[in-house]
Amino acid sequence: MQKTLPADSVGLVTPQTLHFDQPLELDCGRQLSNYDLVYETYGELNAERSNAVLICHALSGDHHAAGYHSPEDRKPGWWETAVGPGKPIDTNRFFVVCSNNLGGCNGSTGPASINPATGRPYGADFPIVTVHDWVRSQARLADALGIERWAAVVGGSLGGMQALQWAVDYPDRLAHAVVIAAAPKLSAQNIAFNEVARQAILSDRDFHDGRYLEHGTAPHRGLALARMLGHITYLSDDAMRAKFGRDLRQTNGKPTFSFDVDFEVESYLRYQGRRFVEHFDANTYLLMTKALDYFDPAAPYSHDLSAALARTEASFLVVSFTSDWRFSPARSREIVRALLDVDKNVTYSEVEASQGHDAFLMNIPAYFDVFSAYMGRVARGVGA
Amino acid sequence: MSELRADLAIISEWIEPGSRVLDLGCGDGKLLRHLQETRGVSGYGLEIDADNVAACVRNGVNVLQTDLDAGLSDFDPDSFDYVVMTQTLQAVNYPHLLIDEMLRVGRQGIITFPNFGHWRLRYYLALKGRMPMSGALPHTWYDTPNIHLCTIKDFEALCREKRLRILQRHVLDHAHRARALSRVLPNVLAEVAMYRFERDTRRPS
Repeated sequence: MQKTLPADSVGLVTPQTLHFDQPLELDCGRQLSNYDLVYETYGELNAERSNAVLICHALSGDHHAAGYHSPEDRKPGWWETAVGPGKPIDTNRFFVVCSNNLGGCNGSTGPASINPATGRPYGADFPIVTVHDWVRSQARLADALGIERWAAVVGGSLGGMQALQWAVDYPDRLAHAVVIAAAPKLSAQNIAFNEVARQAILSDRDFHDGRYLEHGTAPHRGLALARMLGHITYLSDDAMRAKFGRDLRQTNGKPTFSFDVDFEVESYLRYQGRRFVEHFDANTYLLMTKALDYFDPAAPYSHDLSAALARTEASFLVVSFTSDWRFSPARSREIVRALLDVDKNVTYSEVEASQGHDAFLMNIPAYFDVFSAYMGRVARGVGA
Repeated sequence: MSELRADLAIISEWIEPGSRVLDLGCGDGKLLRHLQETRGVSGYGLEIDADNVAACVRNGVNVLQTDLDAGLSDFDPDSFDYVVMTQTLQAVNYPHLLIDEMLRVGRQGIITFPNFGHWRLRYYLALKGRMPMSGALPHTWYDTPNIHLCTIKDFEALCREKRLRILQRHVLDHAHRARALSRVLPNVLAEVAMYRFERDTRRPS
């Protein structure tokens, strides 16, 4: 419980919802006849409407990137470290927008929403959405907000991929793309992890073919397992060693000789799993992992990433972290290399960090120094 | 912006306006920024140090955080008009291979390095019997990035061996001034040597 909010926070924020009646044709061939997008904004849009920055969230993120919904909130938004007055995405200079992706479970239309055609939750009927679909839905959000061109589109992990897709799909609608801890497409290993996560959910007996809400239940065990698996890939070996080592949960230092929790790392993973299922929808998790698997902006360009990026007009900041094995620096360098092949403006920072993939959420001085410097350049470019 | 170091000012005179430049070990990006502003060049800087990378971003320069010892494989052949490397040759693992790489990805190379043949360094070693230190080489022998020091004669011998044609040479004293004297006996009197070179495609005589 905190009474006063930190001075470097955007403070209290209220999500807003926009309803779209114009049908959205999706990559899967189906359409959403109408849908809601929930979003938050921080900072002020300037008179020229030129200082808007779009933040794209990662797999389990949402529109609540910064600030607090109430003074009683235990935790701020998911990117509080980077978004706020004086922070890399400086809300004194930028008008920041963050929306919950379609298919999400925090206010934008998704599998838990009511399907207007049936009056029941979409559940498994919710169409598979792609990163490309999200970008198109966000372009409509930009239209509605009167933003013709983003000063920057910024994201980490899946959000970074979305920023990359933005640059390819709407070359003239963003001045900069900031692509952090991302990859130009998933590797077989990445897809394999996602598949195990999905199988954990699909094989939970409470899944009910995705119609669990109508059965008054949810595949909590499967979703928790999926999250536990995810967490392993977010941390580096070193980070896990530093955080938990082989410490035993019991203070007497003796193993239980059972399958109960012995090690701290087991306790941590179980806790993360338990906490996650309280606020996240299993069908959304399935959709998000599938969107990751399908992400491949080069595919329509004969699988040539340089050809896809040749059409971009944005300048790029690409950031990777040395201990990130989920989307390693080598994957970011693929993006950089493709940009170099077509002579684009690109800055690449390979941050020495032990935290693994999760590093992109953290205030690591070498990372935030470059990030702040780059966003300063973005701001100067639009007179903000 | 502070005044450009003398060697960097000379390099910018060597570079044709509007050309494409790759700067290896670009530091805080001052040279590239100057070239962008005064010569309309485009290009990238490569730099390994995180603080320098951030400084490059502040200078409005495209910078890629990269270890030069890993080579330049991210770049296609003939991608640049000039590949520049100032005061870095002596700090890389394989200077001779990096010079090959420079002329693979660029048409011309520009290199500056501290001349280890300078009289003061000779004096240090010959009379004091100690590993030389100077303004240009301020590091102790046991803690120095400079692992491949060479003299002007050494460098030119390597150029001959590699069949590189030296297009321009310039030598400077410690204060990076071009003194007439150092042109007489450059290997003894010059503290900094600067070269512009390309692959010699003429038939051997």
